[in-house]
Parts: sequence; structure tokens; C-alpha cells
Amino acid sequence: MDKNSNDKKIENRIGFLAISFYKAFKSFISAFPVLLGVILLLGLFKTFVSPQMITSVFTGEPLRDTLIGSSLGSILTGNPITSYVIGGELLKDGVSLFAVTAFIVAWVTVGIVQLPAEAAILGKRFAVVRNGFSFLFAILVSIATVLTIEVVI
Amino acid sequence: MYRSLQSVLAIFVQILPVLILVIIIMGFSNYFLKPKTVSEHLGVESGVKGWILAIAMGILSHGSIYVWYPFLKNLREYGMRNGLITVFLYNRAIKIPLLPVMIFYFGPVFVVILLVYMIMVSVVEGKIVEMLVHRGLVELNV
Repeated sequence: MDKNSNDKKIENRIGFLAISFYKAFKSFISAFPVLLGVILLLGLFKTFVSPQMITSVFTGEPLRDTLIGSSLGSILTGNPITSYVIGGELLKDGVSLFAVTAFIVAWVTVGIVQLPAEAAILGKRFAVVRNGFSFLFAILVSIATVLTIEVVI
Repeated sequence: MYRSLQSVLAIFVQILPVLILVIIIMGFSNYFLKPKTVSEHLGVESGVKGWILAIAMGILSHGSIYVWYPFLKNLREYGMRNGLITVFLYNRAIKIPLLPVMIFYFGPVFVVILLVYMIMVSVVEGKIVEMLVHRGLVELNV
């Protein structure tokens, strides 16, 4: 009797685990078309936007460049290492640290390319508000970071 | 066009392990996590512990950000606060394995100061989003 009830418990647990994974797979499959769209957009970006194109956009004026840095970082996407490499090159080319910091922060915190996926899965207004504030905060974080460095060093 | 498709394939191969990992995490979280547990640790009553947990989860999670959206949607349905989802997503920007590269390009002082500000700002952003949700300015469901 005890063995039977134990077997039933195990069967129930296995059944519940299978259902849990089925649910996870189903919710992933429902999100997949949107994720695929993001991956296709990323492929286009990787092919058609070069680091030279990015460098050419900066003007040399710190305030405007900070805004450009945050905007570019929001639009461009990919591995953060790419943003560090481009940021390093921008610094060498004389672009201000404010602009470079805003660029690398927005690169990882704002996602215009991922926005449709975030909106579809987590809610349109949530995605827009979150990305909007991340864009603003990229500028504020860059100003705060550079000013603090100037005080510390 | 061919180069774009090659890039797409490369991205897909790159994210595939994380996709599988996320499905596995989602499967196990469906099995082990109960709405009560989630709301206790990441819900309204989670307090400071919830914010710290969301920061840590964001920093420790790997792979592309969009891979984690379905998982977060799942946790939200179980009771995770929108502010903590925001904090998780913001802190995905901090990747411990990439820090040496960042230090190489910008120096340790820059990196430490930047990370401190980013963690602080993530909480501020989370609080703002939560306030907007509370006032009904941000929708909870799609």
C-alpha cells in the first residue's frame, strides 16, 4: 500500500515536471517569432554598420557628442566588448569621455532593436518607459562618472 | 544579403546555448517556484532583499537580453514587481567576465565608479517605473 502511494507520488511529480517544461517550451515558442525578428535585425546591423561609420558621426563638441553617444548606443547593439573597442577608438580620436561613457552605457541599457520584442512580451508602455529612462540615465551616468573621476584623480 | 544571413546564423548559434538554458531555468522555475515564493522574494513585500536579489540576478544572468524576456514575463505572472524587472534588465549591462576588457580600455577607477553609478541608477529607474505602474501610467499586461 505504502509502495503504491510512493509510486503514485513519484509519477505525479514526473508528470508535473513534464507539464512545467511543456509550459516553459510553449511560452518560449510563442515569443520566438518576435525574437527571430530581433535576430534578423541584428544580422542587418552587423553587416551594414561599421565602426568607421560610427566614429564619423561625432562632432567634437562635448555636450552634443554626449547626446549623440547616448543615441548611437541606443540604436546600435551587440556584444558589449564591441562597444568598449569602439569607445576606446573614439577616445583616441579625441571624442570626449562624456560622449564615450554615454555611448557604452546606452549600448547595454537601451535597446531600440530589441524594443519590439520587449514590448510584445513585457508590455508596450513598460518597454517604452524603461528604454526612455535608460536613455536619459545614460547621459546622467556619463556626466556623474566623468565628474567624479575628475574629483578623484 | 548573404553576409547578413551568415551574421544571423552566427548570432543564432551564439545564443542557442543560452536559449536552451533559459528554457531549462523556466521549466524548473515552473516546477519549483510557487506564486507565493516569488511574491515573497520578488513581490511587493520583498523589500530591500528583493532589490538586492534583482540586481544580483541581472548581473549573474548571461546571454542576450531579449532571451530573458519570456522568463521575466513568467516571473511577473507569479508576482514579481515591475520595478524589480526593470532593475534586472538594467543590471544585465554589468557583466563580470567582461570587466577585465573594460578595465583594459578605460582603467579600473573609471570602471568602479561607472558600475557604482549604474547599480544606483538601476534602483532609481526601478522605483520610477514602479511609481508609474502604481499610478496606472504603465500597463501591467500586454
